[in-house]
Parts: sequence; C-alpha cells; structure tokens
Amino acid sequence: MGMYSEKVMEHFMHPRNVGEIPDADGVGTVGNPVCGDLMTMYIKVKDNKLVDVKFKTFGCGAAIATSSMTTELAIGKTLEEAMKITRADVAENLGGLPPIKMHCSNLAADALHEAIKDYQKKQAKK
Amino acid sequence: MRNVYMDHGAGMPLDLRVFEVMKPYFMEKYGNPSSSHSFGNSAKAALDTSRENVANLVAAEKSQEVIFTSGGTESNNLAIKGAAYRNKAKGNHIITTAVEHISVMNICKHLQKEGFEVSYVPVDKQGIVDLKKLEEAITGKTSLISVMYANGEIGTVQPINEIGKLARDNQVIFHVDAVAAAGKVPINVEEENIDLLSVSSNDMYGPKGVGALYIKTGTKILPLIQGGGQERGLRSGTENIPGIVGMGKAAELAKKEMDAEGKRLTQLRDRLINGVLDKIDYSFLNGHPTQRLPNNANLRFSYIEGESLILWLDMHGIQVSSGSACTSKTLEPSHTLLAIGLAHEEAHGSLVFTMGKQNSEEDVDYVQEVLPDVVKRLRALSPLTPKEILR
Repeated sequence: MGMYSEKVMEHFMHPRNVGEIPDADGVGTVGNPVCGDLMTMYIKVKDNKLVDVKFKTFGCGAAIATSSMTTELAIGKTLEEAMKITRADVAENLGGLPPIKMHCSNLAADALHEAIKDYQKKQAKK
Repeated sequence: MRNVYMDHGAGMPLDLRVFEVMKPYFMEKYGNPSSSHSFGNSAKAALDTSRENVANLVAAEKSQEVIFTSGGTESNNLAIKGAAYRNKAKGNHIITTAVEHISVMNICKHLQKEGFEVSYVPVDKQGIVDLKKLEEAITGKTSLISVMYANGEIGTVQPINEIGKLARDNQVIFHVDAVAAAGKVPINVEEENIDLLSVSSNDMYGPKGVGALYIKTGTKILPLIQGGGQERGLRSGTENIPGIVGMGKAAELAKKEMDAEGKRLTQLRDRLINGVLDKIDYSFLNGHPTQRLPNNANLRFSYIEGESLILWLDMHGIQVSSGSACTSKTLEPSHTLLAIGLAHEEAHGSLVFTMGKQNSEEDVDYVQEVLPDVVKRLRALSPLTPKEILR
C-alpha cells in the first residue's frame, strides 16, 4: 500500500491486544468525531506496572495501527514510563506515518495517558 | 487472487478502440491544427470530427458550440467564472447546490471572496435538489444557475429538465456539470435548456487531461486563458490533439453503447446493492434508489470507518472509494454526505462502488463474498459497535 509503511499495514491487518478489559483499573477515551477517529484504551495495573493493555478503535488504518503499537509499547512498563510514551514514539516505531495522519489519527498515546490518569484518580479516592 | 476494480468514478481505463485511434497522433500526425499545410489540415480534420462526436453525445445543435479543455475541472472553471465575470453587469448572484463536485464548490467559494453572492440550495435525503427553494432563490441579480447532472459520489440524477425550465423562464444562464453523467445517461442540451455543460473524457473511457465545455450559441462567457485565440478565443493554447481525438472516439462509442451498457450496469448495480443490504446488518444505501447513475452504488456501514474498509478490500483485490474524512486531503468528510443529512460518523462509514465495462456478475458476487467478513472484522475492533450485534 503506497500510503503506509509495511509496519503500519502489518499492525492494521493483525492488530495486537484488541478488546476490552471488563475489570479494567483505568479507561481512557479520546477522539475527534469530525476527523473520524475514536479510541478507548483499557489498562490493568499491578505493582505500578501495566500488566495488560487493550484497545478498541473506530478509525482509519493509521488509527488502528497506532492503537495496536501503543499497547505493545505500554505493556510491562511502569506508569511513569508509560506516561512518557509520545505520539512521536508510536509513529517512529511504526516506521513513520503520512504527515496528514500525524495529528488526528495518532491519538493512541493520549488515550493511554488518559487511562493512566483515570487509574490514578480512582487510586486517590480509595 | 481475483481483482475487481470498482472505482471508475476516480479513474477509468482507456477503451482499446480509443487507444488505437489516438496512436497516429503522437508520432505521425503531429501537426498543429492552426498550420496552413497538410499536417495542419489533418490535425484540423481530426479536431473537427472529435468536436462533432462530443456535440452528438449531448445533442448540441452545432458542433461549434463545443470547445475542448484540459478536463472537467477546467470546464467548470471556464463555465462558472467565465459566465459570472462576463455577466456581472446583470448581477453578482449565483445559485448552485449543496452537493456539487468539489471543483464547483471551490470555484463558488472563490467567487464569494471576489464579491459574488452564492446561494447553495439544499437537497433532500436522497440527494435531489429542492426545486421550490431553488426557484425562491432566483432574484433579478441572478446571473447563473449551476447544478450537476448527476452526483458522482451518491449517484443521484437531478431533475435537470425542470431546473432548465426554471432558468429559461427567468432568463438565467444554466450551467450543468455533467462530468459524472455524460456517456452514462442520455443528455439533450436543447430539450433540457442547458446553456453550458461540462464533460470529461476520462469519465467515458477516454484519456485523462481532456474535457469539453458546451456553450450554447449566444451564451456570453469570458475566457480564463489568453493566448493564440484557439477554440474561438475561449481556450487559447495549442490543442491536445491526441487527447481530443481520444475523447471524440470515446464520445462516439459512449453514444452508441450507452443504452445496452446502461441496462447491463443497472442490473449489476442493483444486484450489488440488494445483495449487500441483505447480507450485512446495519448497512444502508446512500442516494436515490432509482434516479441514480447506472454504475453507482454508495453503501454505508454503521460503526466503522471507510479508509479501513478500503485498505481491507484492497487486500482482497477490490478497489473502491470512500466519503470518509480519512481518505480526503482536507480531513473533512464528504460535503455531499453531510448535505443529505448524514452525521459525521455515518459519512465516515460510506463506500462508493463505481462499476464499468469490465465488471461482471462474478465481480459483484465476489464483493458480496468478501465484504461481510471485512465489515465484521472492523466492527469487532470498533468501540461504537453495540455488543448485541457482535456474534
């Protein structure tokens, strides 16, 4: 496919960690209905580490591939490390994204951060 | 793997018969039609024949009423800007619709910046222009009405005859963008009271980079390109003879074969539409069920996005288009889909199938075989999909 790197297409066709975590410790949703991408990340936390991350995404090829890559980058990391994963990291690990897709289709890192903040908020209430 | 190209609205192959007649004009008959010698004469003769063929396709009275351009976009520019500038003394008001091709939309926006007023008449849920609102929009200052013959995206064919009458009764110039329709449905510029009509070569199996504008005798427009005065001074520049010869042949073939091919495509279209709506839950037809181009099926799938659908279908050898923002250069969903009342997320999940000569019943059945699984796979990924429809 001309527009996307092989790595993007590979993640698009075989996305990792798809689904929901029913008893998730944190959930983050980001999206832009005008742009057409909406994604939800679910995280499971143990000993300050992300032991499981799953996603559901409505969107284009880049949106699905970046979601998949973000889960791969995040699993096993501490919360502090995961908060440092940037959109640029996700794009770089996918062999780059077309410039037009860098902004609105590359929201998965933000969704992950939202999920972590959700977890931290719930912890603070406990 | 089977390959099924159903994106003829975006690009068409040349008809082999078109290719054959073009060939000599590259290496042998390369004269300039403006020259006085024999090479010039043979180019001029080819130009005249092509002009006649295009005039015949749209039932123009005189072949001189057709001039050649570089394509549909240029024809639309010349028609709309040319008429607006030339008739500014009469008024600065233009009427068009909310579902025009992006070229017409952007020409009108440009004219608004230059001080023209533009009314965008709405359409109904099936994409048919609201005739009452169109009539109400006409004022003493209206110099031009521009409405497409048919919409290349949702397939809806407009009631051109009635709009032509309205324009004629009110003595307003009537431009029709017939790029998506010419060669597919019969057009009669005389009976339909059309003053200006844009057509494109590639949309009827001719080469890319060629188009034409029909200009009814007596319709006043200003040229946009100054130069040597070719095409009656309305489109200067040495004529693209190989391209024009190809367009002429394409127009001749389209006229001859339109009836039979239209019937065949209509059957394929309805087989595709009915099959998909039957096999896939939460799928819908965009556009009018019967007043639509014979080769167009625009289908919408809830909860998923068009570019993902395109990528998956391409993996299976099927090429189509989408109205999704994610496939556009501007990241805006199709204005046409929004104009027929779809929400953004609905517009994102729309696919455009435009069939052509090489498509067969087997192709339609192959699409029906592949599409349900692709839709199911993407719905399983989507946070919008209700759990009860995922089995």
